[in-house]
Amino acid sequence: MPESRMSSSTQHGRPQERLVMESGDMARAMTRIAHEVLERNKGVKDLGLVGIRTGGVHLAHRLARRIQDIEGVSIPIGELDITLYRDDLALRKEQPILRRTSVPFDISGKIIVLVDDVLFTGRTIRAAMDGLIDLGRPAEIQLAVLVDRGHRQLPIKATYIGKNIPTSREENIQVLLEEAGEDDRVVILKA
Amino acid sequence: MSLKRKDLLSLAPLSVEEITLILQTADSFKEVTGREIKKVPALRGRTVVNLFFEPSTRTRTSFELAAKRLSADVINFSPSSSSVVKGETLLDTARNIEAMQADIIVLRHSSAGAAETLARGVKSSVINAGDGWHEHPTQALLDLYTIRERGLSFDNLRVAIVGDVAHSRVARSNIYALVKLGAEVRVVGPPTMIPMGIDKLGAKVFYNLDEALSGVQVIMMLRLQLERQGRALFPTIREYARLYGLTAERVKLAEAGAIVMHPGPINRGVEIAPEVADSLSSVILDQVANGVAVRMGILYLMSGAN
Repeated sequence: MPESRMSSSTQHGRPQERLVMESGDMARAMTRIAHEVLERNKGVKDLGLVGIRTGGVHLAHRLARRIQDIEGVSIPIGELDITLYRDDLALRKEQPILRRTSVPFDISGKIIVLVDDVLFTGRTIRAAMDGLIDLGRPAEIQLAVLVDRGHRQLPIKATYIGKNIPTSREENIQVLLEEAGEDDRVVILKA
Repeated sequence: MSLKRKDLLSLAPLSVEEITLILQTADSFKEVTGREIKKVPALRGRTVVNLFFEPSTRTRTSFELAAKRLSADVINFSPSSSSVVKGETLLDTARNIEAMQADIIVLRHSSAGAAETLARGVKSSVINAGDGWHEHPTQALLDLYTIRERGLSFDNLRVAIVGDVAHSRVARSNIYALVKLGAEVRVVGPPTMIPMGIDKLGAKVFYNLDEALSGVQVIMMLRLQLERQGRALFPTIREYARLYGLTAERVKLAEAGAIVMHPGPINRGVEIAPEVADSLSSVILDQVANGVAVRMGILYLMSGAN
């Protein structure tokens, strides 16, 4: 599990850990994104959220709760595992563990907001869009991320961004979430 | 956890973790097979060769569908239409196939150990799709998947395997895996069909079907191989059906809600009564459906770069 990997690497206190978002910052960013989603799409009509496993799924649920608080309407949520659509499968010695995709609503004709924790090279999002389109034909796909750290390798841009955090390639950003047994925070780890 | 094996030849050496990984991976593919577009690009550019030296429709089709739904290229190779009739050896045939850049070879052969021999001789991954009376690992894995899908846990699960255990590679693979996972495995059939020493694999031997079925949660029927009838393993088919055929009455001896499995093809009215095969407790068609998802999982896990 990526969560346990995160906790073990942080527990033993890598000295170079730098806090870039606290739980309050994250909550405010998610609230703002919820308002932006509603503003851009003029409400919740035809809206669906799809989180990318694993961090994105937790954030999609948080976003849905905020949208419900604001509009009083619950919107459908799906969970997407992008592994089978990765562009490096043929290069790997051992295949990554799969987590089940579960999108329990018809995405055709819907406005789908993909949700992920960190936007980096854009390769995950490319895979996610391919995975999504195999499930149906959305009217529109938008992208919400908590952190955009730059270094894109594909022409992909987020629709909603919690925070832009400039990083060097050697650094590693981790979004730690309560749902995974951590205190909410975003940290930069120097390699 | 990942599958660090080049080949899948037998369930005997697999760890509980490896078996669990395969079943969990199949879960993801079960979702894919339920989609309108039942295809993912995971094995794009890979080549899977079905090398079947024995007739098989179900297993070959299942592997072919699994590979195609992973976007692999599939070639079906059967001896009647090939150089094998011209006297080429198994290994030479396989090396020729490998020279054409096959990544995975799926082998069905009438000799026990054929898959092992092939795996030693080629760099491609080899999946055993049944070798003689030895093993049929993917069939057992889809059986395990079907049991688990029904919400049954393997620990202390009571399973009866009924029929010609001696000549059944399906039975052997299932015994290895189920015992490993903590199940109580009973084998039952006429003495001519229960091999000596099967108890050493951890199975309990019964010769009376009613006794063996008492309180089990899973009834796994084996196909009566009628083509072996000339070998005097049983006097008549009628007698066999009376003593070892699964009837609705006998299903009642098992625990309420017990499931009935069969690897197919079934002999209606011989080892299984038609009303049992078509009953709600029968999961025979679930087994077939799950076979594709489980084989997709296995092909995916075996497809790591060499």
